[in-house]
Amino acid sequence: MTATLPAEAAEAAAASARRRRHPGRRGAITGWLYALPTALFVLLLFALPLLLVLQMSGSDWPLLGGNQGWNFPENYQDAVSNRFFWDSVLFTLKYTILTTIILLALSLGLALLVQESTRWKGLLRTSFLVPSALGLASASLLFYVLYSPIAGPFAGLMKAWGFTFLGTPDGALWSTIFLIVWRYAGFYMLLMLVGLQGIPDDVYEAARIDGASRWQTFRSVTLPLLRPTLALTTVLCVTGSLLAFEQFYILTKGGPDNSTITIVQLIYSVAFQGQNDLGVAGALSVIVLLALIVINIAQIRAFNRKAED
Amino acid sequence: MTRITRRMTRATALLAAGALTVGLAACSQGAEPASTPLAEAGAEGVDDGSTLTLWTRAPLEKQANLLVDAYNASHENQVELTVVPNDDYVAKVGAAAGSGGLPDLFAADIVYVPNWVKQGLFQDITANIDGFDFKDSINQGHLSAGTLDGEEYVLPFVLDLSMMFWNKELATEAGLDAEAGPANLEEYAEWAKAIQALNKPDTYGTATGLNCGGCLVFTWFPSVWADGEEVLSDDGTESLLNSDTAKDVYSTWKDLWDSGAVLPSSQDEAGPTWTAGFTEGKVGLQFYPATLLSSTPFDVGVAGIPGPKGGGSTFVGGDGIGISKDSKKAAQAWNFLNWLMSEDAQVQVLAKDNDVVSRSDLADNEYSQKDPRLITINEVAGHGDTPVAINFQQAFNAPSSPWLTLVRNAVLGDGDSVDADNDEITAVLSQ
Repeated sequence: MTATLPAEAAEAAAASARRRRHPGRRGAITGWLYALPTALFVLLLFALPLLLVLQMSGSDWPLLGGNQGWNFPENYQDAVSNRFFWDSVLFTLKYTILTTIILLALSLGLALLVQESTRWKGLLRTSFLVPSALGLASASLLFYVLYSPIAGPFAGLMKAWGFTFLGTPDGALWSTIFLIVWRYAGFYMLLMLVGLQGIPDDVYEAARIDGASRWQTFRSVTLPLLRPTLALTTVLCVTGSLLAFEQFYILTKGGPDNSTITIVQLIYSVAFQGQNDLGVAGALSVIVLLALIVINIAQIRAFNRKAED
Repeated sequence: MTRITRRMTRATALLAAGALTVGLAACSQGAEPASTPLAEAGAEGVDDGSTLTLWTRAPLEKQANLLVDAYNASHENQVELTVVPNDDYVAKVGAAAGSGGLPDLFAADIVYVPNWVKQGLFQDITANIDGFDFKDSINQGHLSAGTLDGEEYVLPFVLDLSMMFWNKELATEAGLDAEAGPANLEEYAEWAKAIQALNKPDTYGTATGLNCGGCLVFTWFPSVWADGEEVLSDDGTESLLNSDTAKDVYSTWKDLWDSGAVLPSSQDEAGPTWTAGFTEGKVGLQFYPATLLSSTPFDVGVAGIPGPKGGGSTFVGGDGIGISKDSKKAAQAWNFLNWLMSEDAQVQVLAKDNDVVSRSDLADNEYSQKDPRLITINEVAGHGDTPVAINFQQAFNAPSSPWLTLVRNAVLGDGDSVDADNDEITAVLSQ
């Protein structure tokens, strides 16, 4: 018995060591299995299409003719020298800046209103949020009819006062911004509300004890503590606006006189409306992708740096 | 861990390779010859109860429905019709062409046909078309748009002609001769102003689609042709839209616009409702699609579109139809096309619906005899034209086309930039 003990002990120790090692490996396999569905989705629905766009952007690829071989720098040259390229870049930036400022200011205002108001809170919150339940394309169609000088409810008014919503470049831009603000203000308000509710009450109490006015409280307490939410909403709003498509496609089709062509609309029209060149459209998409990466890194850095101050 | 990662990579690579092979197999399948080759299909094709798919665009939905219903009722083969909104049609066909998923038969706006034939979207049906003993009376504009290097790919599906329509009631009210109609573009403008001068609420002299390249091509090119001028060079790579005749046309319209005799919403009209004003009886006279004759509820006069000096011409538009490169039932599809060109389809379906027939030998038929306007339309069809250019869509129909820029500058702007804008069209056409 005693003679066999050390051997048994050694065996037991080895077994337990093996057991200890095994869970590690089994855990890794389980981990990979858990990650597999997501990984497959990312691979099939993101990585492969991205590679395909990269290949397209470097190939001579007419819509109806398929891949005709490499055409590397020319596609990018054609993309940048398209007669609407710089116009669409400028217009997209202008639209993004206007939309982001108006939308964020308004949604913060609405959020404060809803938070302060006690009696009408539920009604207000619901009525601001209802438009978010409508798809963007459906909302655009709705406004297309509202703005229509023939079928719209304002048709009589438009004729009497001699104006149209979508007939002038500025009119078309502001009419579209109005649609977007109407559609998204509730959604951003909700994000702001979550941020506001995350600010602890004792900070406000301390501010009150120190005798801070409403404006001082807002500037020195609410805004700094809301920074993560502001960062999130800004990134969402800027990215969404830079990729604006449906609203302009349905409301203005880039008109009047090509004054409201966004960069994504340009991609669509190069691919499907006339030029039918997927190569150049792919090159434009890659340029937009790179620009988006740069802009988003810049935004996130800017918000982080402020946080460190 | 590293071993697992490597295994994963290998598995992924295998997966990707598998996906590729499947894709390749699908591709090679698409290239296989059809089960019954067209050449052996015989003059009438095969009617064996196959299901055929057919795509067309929304503006010709009514005619397509009538044709498909009549074919399905009289044949074993059954055609399934898919109607696609006008603006999405090119994108849908393009996506399907890329993935080998085109339907057996599909119609195409005749101005896109030369490009689509060149891209190889249609099967060669030369031998079958040559078998028709009435081949010479098939609309030549459509046939030649679908001909490449002497091979024929496309037959006319539905013809759509642009004609001058006038509302007889409004014309009479304005003291105009409602039976004769305007003789030239000058008189057209006078008529529009006279009807505008009635000062009836909601009623305007004329209307057009000033933000709709396709509408303007369809209705303004004939004014140039009516004077014996051309709009494009023969090979379709040069724009001649700065000729004196063309400039006359623009200045007439600019004068009309400035005088307030044009429906105000024409300025932003991008196509969807460009005919609505006339159909509702609120517009005095308009260059208008002849396919809408049957759905115009009041008494209208019809004539060819005049030029500045008179005459009459028309844009022979509408859709051509062919058998797609991806069809595996070409012989059955030919059966539909063969029937489409027959008297049964042309007279008993199209002419009965007050539509224009694609065969000149059938232009004088029992239905057209009842309505002299149809005889007028059929006659003008013979003098009409169909422009052929590879880059037609980009130069004229696209929402951001240089043609739209030209017209808008010439009519809504100061009208000084026609030559420069015309060069821009040529630049696109010659790409």
